[in-house]
Amino acid sequence: MEGKILVEGLNLHYRDFHALKDVNIVVPPQKITALIGPSGCGKTTFLRVLNRLNDLIEGVRIEGKVLLDGQDIYSQDCDVVTLRKRVGMVFQRPNPFPMSVYDNVAYGPRIHGVRSKRKLDEIVEASLRGAALWEEVRDRLFRSALGLSGGQQQRLCIARLLAVEPEVVLMDEPTSALDPISTLKIEELLRDLKQKYTIIIVTHNMQQAARVSDVTAFFLNGELVEYGATDAIFTKPRDKRTEDYITGRFG
Amino acid sequence: MGRICDRAATALLWLAGAFIVALLVYFLGYIFIRGLPVLDLGFIFGLPRELGTGGGVGPQLFNSFYILALSLLFSLPVGVGAGIYLAEYARPSRLTRAIRLSTECLATVPSIVLGLFGMIVFVNLFGWGLCILAGAATLALLNLPVLVRVTEEALRAVPRSYREGSLALGATRWQTVRRVVIPAAAVGIVTGVTLVAGRALGEAAVLIFTAGMSVSRFFPDPNPFAAGETLAVHLWYVNAEALVPDAARIAAGSAALLVLVVLCFNLLVGLPGRLVQRRLTGK
Repeated sequence: MEGKILVEGLNLHYRDFHALKDVNIVVPPQKITALIGPSGCGKTTFLRVLNRLNDLIEGVRIEGKVLLDGQDIYSQDCDVVTLRKRVGMVFQRPNPFPMSVYDNVAYGPRIHGVRSKRKLDEIVEASLRGAALWEEVRDRLFRSALGLSGGQQQRLCIARLLAVEPEVVLMDEPTSALDPISTLKIEELLRDLKQKYTIIIVTHNMQQAARVSDVTAFFLNGELVEYGATDAIFTKPRDKRTEDYITGRFG
Repeated sequence: MGRICDRAATALLWLAGAFIVALLVYFLGYIFIRGLPVLDLGFIFGLPRELGTGGGVGPQLFNSFYILALSLLFSLPVGVGAGIYLAEYARPSRLTRAIRLSTECLATVPSIVLGLFGMIVFVNLFGWGLCILAGAATLALLNLPVLVRVTEEALRAVPRSYREGSLALGATRWQTVRRVVIPAAAVGIVTGVTLVAGRALGEAAVLIFTAGMSVSRFFPDPNPFAAGETLAVHLWYVNAEALVPDAARIAAGSAALLVLVVLCFNLLVGLPGRLVQRRLTGK
């Protein structure tokens, strides 16, 4: 399998806790990869390895190789700012900045050096359209983003991400704080986005994984138990533990 | 039984709140009823007299703001800077602990001690004499620890998710701090500065020994080495040592003016902050 991201022998320790144990995985480009597993199994930790957000946490130690397009993101000459521009992230709870809708979307381009007002206007509109939010906010671009509904805020965070044109989009349970209708909108959006982006999504919702993903990876106690085509994982899992989990026998 | 307790708690807490309000009303009422009639342009902008009646407090009012401004000029960048460092950059280490401990110690130094320290260092050692600059420098030392703490707490109150959101977009730490964290904490920081400024306007002990108890012959005199008695110090001086027959009148007027000035200053600084806050959060 041709991989956008290749992980080899990844081990992560948080102080004395062995949070990820010898993880090997290939993430295919322009597909949606779902990470499933019970709470505390390391899915989110794994996700945060991929854009080095764990670097911010004291006491985290990482071994192994994480290759993005063949380049090791943990090597000395990898610039973490450039990496995070290429590998963007949507968080579990919508986290728009306390500023206007427009400024939220323009934030990324601005810090990466876009100054022209016209160019920024274009990016903002294109990103909001890309996140299927434009029609809902076009009349209130210059009002605070915190006045939007939860679902709108989450799509705004996606738009904010699209504005920096990432290659990989990491999503950490992006719909867990949303109502079913907003969830549906985000899922539809994901299907559009995978034309251009490699998407990795952590989800607790088995149906969601089955509905939207192409590849599924099952984590348990820091181990990657099984991964492969979503159909196969859900219909004929090879590992007993995967079967138990997806049929709801534990977790 | 539970309901009686509940009622009693409500009543007691209400009483506590009402007591505070009553105290404030009595306090302000007393000061204003005695002081407001004294306030006219001649008093607010007039020169003080040493012997005769009818002296004003113009230079003292001017000095109060001049010293405040000069002290903030020094304490604001250093205090806010140290607060930002502690909240955003410092990892737990011996240096961090040392900074925090010194800030706390500095904050508990009685102001009269700081005043004497200022006199030894700025007035005598540096040879500045009792003047505006010596007062401002000592006042800055008094305010510094408060500013550090207020800034650090305001920044810590900013949710971590804002920082992660910004970093995940490829922002550097400084971009994140400058464009997301500080704006989100601005109202808290401004509130802290207002608090500090209000305290500075009312401070007397620090200034008696550093800025002195007399004023320049000229008004207004922008020379930082001019004698720098402030309104609060004047209030004390008039009550304690003045020879003028209308000392009580001048004290009453100074007190009312001081309260009014602090009130105006708070509104002036606080209102724009609240407006910005409303625009940013939509609340």
